[in-house]
Amino acid sequence: MTNRIDRRFNSLKTKGRSGLVTFVTAGDPDYARSLEILNALPGAGADLIELGMPFSDPMADGPAIQAASQRALKSGANMKQTFQMVRAFREGHKKTPLVLMGYLNPVLAFGPLAFMDEAAESGVDGLIIVDLPPEEDVDIRVLARERDIHIIRLVAPTTDDARLPVVLKGAGGFLYFVSITGVTGTASADASKVAVSVARLRQSSDLPVAVGFGIKTPGDAAEMAKAADAVVVGSAIVTTIADHLDAPDMPQKVLEQVKALREALDQETMS
Amino acid sequence: MTLKPNTYRAGPDEKGHFGPYGGRYVAETLMPLILSVEKAWGEARNDPGFWAEFEGLARDYIGRPSPLYFAEATTRHFGGAKIYFKREELNHTGAHKINHCLGQILLAKRMGKTRIIAETGAGQHGVATATVCALFDLPCTVFMGATDIERQKPNVFRMKLLGAEVRPVTSGSSTLKDAMNEALRDWVANVEDTYYLIGTVGGPHPYPAMVRDFQSVIGKETRTQILERERRLPDSLVACIGGGSNAIGLFHPFLDDSDVKMFGVEAAGYGIETGKHAASLNGGKAGVLHGMQSYFLQDEDGQIQEAHSISAGLDYPGIGPEHAWLFDRKRVQYVSVTDDEAMEAFQLCAKLEGIIPALEPAHAFAHVMRMAPELPKDHIIVLNMSGRGDKDIFTVAEKLGVTI
Repeated sequence: MTNRIDRRFNSLKTKGRSGLVTFVTAGDPDYARSLEILNALPGAGADLIELGMPFSDPMADGPAIQAASQRALKSGANMKQTFQMVRAFREGHKKTPLVLMGYLNPVLAFGPLAFMDEAAESGVDGLIIVDLPPEEDVDIRVLARERDIHIIRLVAPTTDDARLPVVLKGAGGFLYFVSITGVTGTASADASKVAVSVARLRQSSDLPVAVGFGIKTPGDAAEMAKAADAVVVGSAIVTTIADHLDAPDMPQKVLEQVKALREALDQETMS
Repeated sequence: MTLKPNTYRAGPDEKGHFGPYGGRYVAETLMPLILSVEKAWGEARNDPGFWAEFEGLARDYIGRPSPLYFAEATTRHFGGAKIYFKREELNHTGAHKINHCLGQILLAKRMGKTRIIAETGAGQHGVATATVCALFDLPCTVFMGATDIERQKPNVFRMKLLGAEVRPVTSGSSTLKDAMNEALRDWVANVEDTYYLIGTVGGPHPYPAMVRDFQSVIGKETRTQILERERRLPDSLVACIGGGSNAIGLFHPFLDDSDVKMFGVEAAGYGIETGKHAASLNGGKAGVLHGMQSYFLQDEDGQIQEAHSISAGLDYPGIGPEHAWLFDRKRVQYVSVTDDEAMEAFQLCAKLEGIIPALEPAHAFAHVMRMAPELPKDHIIVLNMSGRGDKDIFTVAEKLGVTI
C-alpha cells in the first residue's frame, strides 16, 4: 500500500533532497490563523505536515507544545474541528502528506471507527499516537490499514535491539526517531549519536527515517539532515506563534522561519 | 494447572490488563524502562529475601501490623451493625501510603536507581516518599501542583525537612494530574538513574498490580485479626477511593469471599449532578491517561476535566484500572459521598471515638453512617481508617468558618 507519505519520500529520494516535516497544533492560536499557517506551509517549504490534535494532558511534550495545546483548547478546538481543518487544507493541497499527531484519549472519545473514517475521508495519511505503544495498538492499526493510513512509530534512544523488532512490526510511512531522551523541544540533539542510531535503524528497516524532538534552528536541521531522510521541527515553530501572538504578521513570521529551515536543508543537500 | 474460573484475584494478565483496563500507554522512550521495572518487580516478588526486608521494616519502621479496633461508641451511636476500624492512620507518617513507598524504594534500590521522583496531591504520598528516601539516603524530587502547594503548606514543609525537593507544577490546572504529567516528563528525561515512585494503584503496568500487592498487607492483616476476634469474616468492607490504593489493599484478599460485600466510596464533591466532583466511576467514562486504560472525568472531546473534592487525596480525575474492572463486574459497589457529608462524618468520628480521621476516610465513615443503622447487630463492618486528619484541620476550620 502506498499513500501520499510514500510518494513524497520517494520523490525526495529521487531529487536527492532532505525532507522538512513541520509540526503545528490544530487551532493554535485559533482556527482561522491556524488554517492560514497550515495552508501556507507547503509553499514555504514543508514536505510533510504534522498536525497536532490538542489534548489537555500532553505528557510527552515540553512547555512549548503544552502551551500550544492550551491555546488551541481555549479557542474552542476539538477533534471535529481538527478534521474540518484537514478537509479545508486538502482542498488546496492534493499532494502534501498530512499526519495527525497526538494522544489516545481524544481518539477513543471520538470512537476509533468514526475517527478512522473521518481521517480517511478528510485526507489524513498517517497517525502518530504518542501514548499508544505497539503492544496496545492492534485495533487502531487494523482500522488504519483498511483505510490506507499509516501508523507511524516512534523509535527512542532507549529502544534497544531486543525491542526494536516489536516497534518495527506494523510500522508504516516512516520511522520517527526521537533524538533525545526527553520531552519535545527541550534538550538539543547530539548529531553524531543520532547518526549512529539512524544507521542502526537502516539495517533493520527500509522505511525512511525522520529525526525530531530536539531540532530548533536551521543549523540543527542541516546537521541532522546528514543522517536522516527528513527532520521534524515542532516546538521552535510553535514558539514563534507564542512569541508573536498578537502581531498581525504572526503567520508571516512562522513562514519565514520555515523558509529559513528549507534553505538550510537545501544548502546542505547541495554541499 | 488448577483452573480457577471464578477468581477475582488472578489479574492482571501478562500485559497488565484487568479485562479491558490497565495496560501500558506510554511514549516509546519510557517503554523499555517500564518493562525493566516489570522485570525487576517480577523477580523481587518471588524473592523471599525481598519480602523479609519489607516485613522487617514494615514492623519496626511503619509499626505494622496496624490494629483492628472495635469502634464501640460508633457502633452504639448508629445502633445497627458492629463497626471495626482498620487503623492505618497509626502507621508512621499517618496514612497507608507508607506501605507502597517502602515496597517501591526497596525495588528502586534493587534496580540500582539513585534518584527518586514522585507526584503528590495533598502531600501525603509526597511525605511518605520523602520519608523512605531519607531512610535510604536517596535524593528525592516531588512534583506538586502550584495550587496544591498553596493549600497544603504543612506537608510541603515536612517534605523539605525530610530533605526532598518540592518542584511546583504550573502546567495545566496545577493540580495532581498535572503533577503526574510532570513526573512522567522528568522520568522521560532521566531514564538512566531515576525511579518513579507512583502513589496509587494507577499508571502503566506493573504499577497498579505492584502497589496493590504492597497495600494488600492491609487486607491480609484484617483477615487474620477479624478471624481472631470474631471467628468469622466480616460482612462488609468500606474504604474511600481516589486512585484506590487503600481500598484495593483492604479488598483484594477478600475478593473471592463471595459473602463479603465491598463498598468503595468516591468523592462526590459538591454533588455529582453539579459536575464538580471526583467520582471517576460514577461520573466519568472509560479512556486512557497516565499510562492506563480506566475511567476518567472527561468532556465529550476526551479532554480530561479537573476533579473536585474537599479531600485533596481524592481529588484525582481517574481511578486505578482494577477498580474499573471490579466496577464493571459489579464485585464492588462504588458509591459516593459529598463534601458536606464528609465534613459531618469527620466531626462525628472525632467526637465519638477520639480519632480525627483524614478527610479521605471521613468519606468512608459517611457511608458507614448511611448503612450501619439499617443493618442487624451481628453484621460486621470493617472501615479502612486510611489516614489521620491532622493535615486537614486547616481545610476543615475554613469550611466551618473558624480562624486558627
